[in-house]
Amino acid sequence: MDFLRPTTWQEALAAKADRPDAVPLQGGTDVMVELNFDVRRPAALLDLTRVPELRAWEMTGGYCRVGAGVSYATVIDELSGSLPGLAQAARTVGSPQIRNRGSVGGNLGAASPAGDSHPPLLAAGAVVEVESRERGVRMIPAAEFYLGVKRSALEPDELIRAVHVPPATGPQYFSKVGTRNAMVIAVCSFAIALHPRERRVGTGIGSAAPTPRRAREAEDLLARELDWSAPLDPALAHRFGELCARAAAPIDDVRGSAAYRAHALGVLARRTLTWAWNDYRRAA
Amino acid sequence: MRVTFTVNGREQSADDVWEGESLLYVLRERLGLPGSKNACEQGECGSCTVYLDGVPVCACLVAAGQAEGREVRTVEGLADGGALDPVQEAFAECGAVQCGFCTPGLVVQTHDLLARVPGPSDAEIREALAGNLCRCTGYEKIIDAVRLAAARKAEGAGDA
Repeated sequence: MDFLRPTTWQEALAAKADRPDAVPLQGGTDVMVELNFDVRRPAALLDLTRVPELRAWEMTGGYCRVGAGVSYATVIDELSGSLPGLAQAARTVGSPQIRNRGSVGGNLGAASPAGDSHPPLLAAGAVVEVESRERGVRMIPAAEFYLGVKRSALEPDELIRAVHVPPATGPQYFSKVGTRNAMVIAVCSFAIALHPRERRVGTGIGSAAPTPRRAREAEDLLARELDWSAPLDPALAHRFGELCARAAAPIDDVRGSAAYRAHALGVLARRTLTWAWNDYRRAA
Repeated sequence: MRVTFTVNGREQSADDVWEGESLLYVLRERLGLPGSKNACEQGECGSCTVYLDGVPVCACLVAAGQAEGREVRTVEGLADGGALDPVQEAFAECGAVQCGFCTPGLVVQTHDLLARVPGPSDAEIREALAGNLCRCTGYEKIIDAVRLAAARKAEGAGDA
């Protein structure tokens, strides 16, 4: 096995172009588990922790551009104001030690349907910035990034540079079902983002389908029927929950049954919409 | 490959390190520092918690090569010469140790908590230690020890 150690983004792209079989390594919270348990023996590891560009975030072009190596701890400490949904999700990841190492970019690279970053990225309308030496930059909307269980739109010679997330213009919530507060892989999870300027509500479903996904029919329902100047109609919230549950395609596994996941998702969707709506009404 | 980094203030090298090897393995098996414990190897239990450039991490999830040139501080590096750190003393006094396997990780994680938050609330203690599993104590004595260490450190700071 080779251990590649680029110290600039250009070197990292060159290394990935020359060695598309190299597995990118950031916080190690997924990759090292696979190595420790002999699940994976890649020909090379591409350590990205020495690439300083990846560890920074900036506001640019109306988006918050979060470098792929920005840790969950940094998201919580520095971005809870502008990206509240992502910061809430970050707080539920693993433990303090895991949040010190794990990153949103790593979550995207692993593309697990249970990754906690994905639902808030979908709800906010984030765009993933990927790059290769040969073909340059590609901007991929989060909703098109996840292709299957642990499969993404990333090509073998590409690396994730950053994720561009629009700063919140309304309340956002993330909620997750698990056996305890810490160290939980989601049984199912849900994120909501109110976009008051567009009179639109964004959604993201986690751990209840082969990929993270939006609940589009549920979003359409609210776009049609939500009265932005009135209290939330409980019947509408209920139908929203039902449509979110129906948008999922869960399976039975060790963490929960498909039926439980669909039911819980409907409850999470209804609750998070209610919380967000109450915040919005209070602020208005 | 050869890996060189600073451990508890002293630069050390390990040779013939496999590229997929963890920092934890290098510390325990190559550098003779068995304080950090190898339990779950997947970041679930916190028994291998060490400081990496001043930040607590699970050493089992750090590739050895990622530690190259960096600074690592293990539980062996907390005592000041013969004098235990107040966190270590408090764990011993409160009976926060039974089989002892989780103790090094809990001590390092508590050491970091008290450096950042001098008088943590119970909720802050529980949150900071959420990634450190103990199967013996039921945690109550551990939380007692954290409270005692925090009080001792506050006294010490007052004296100084």
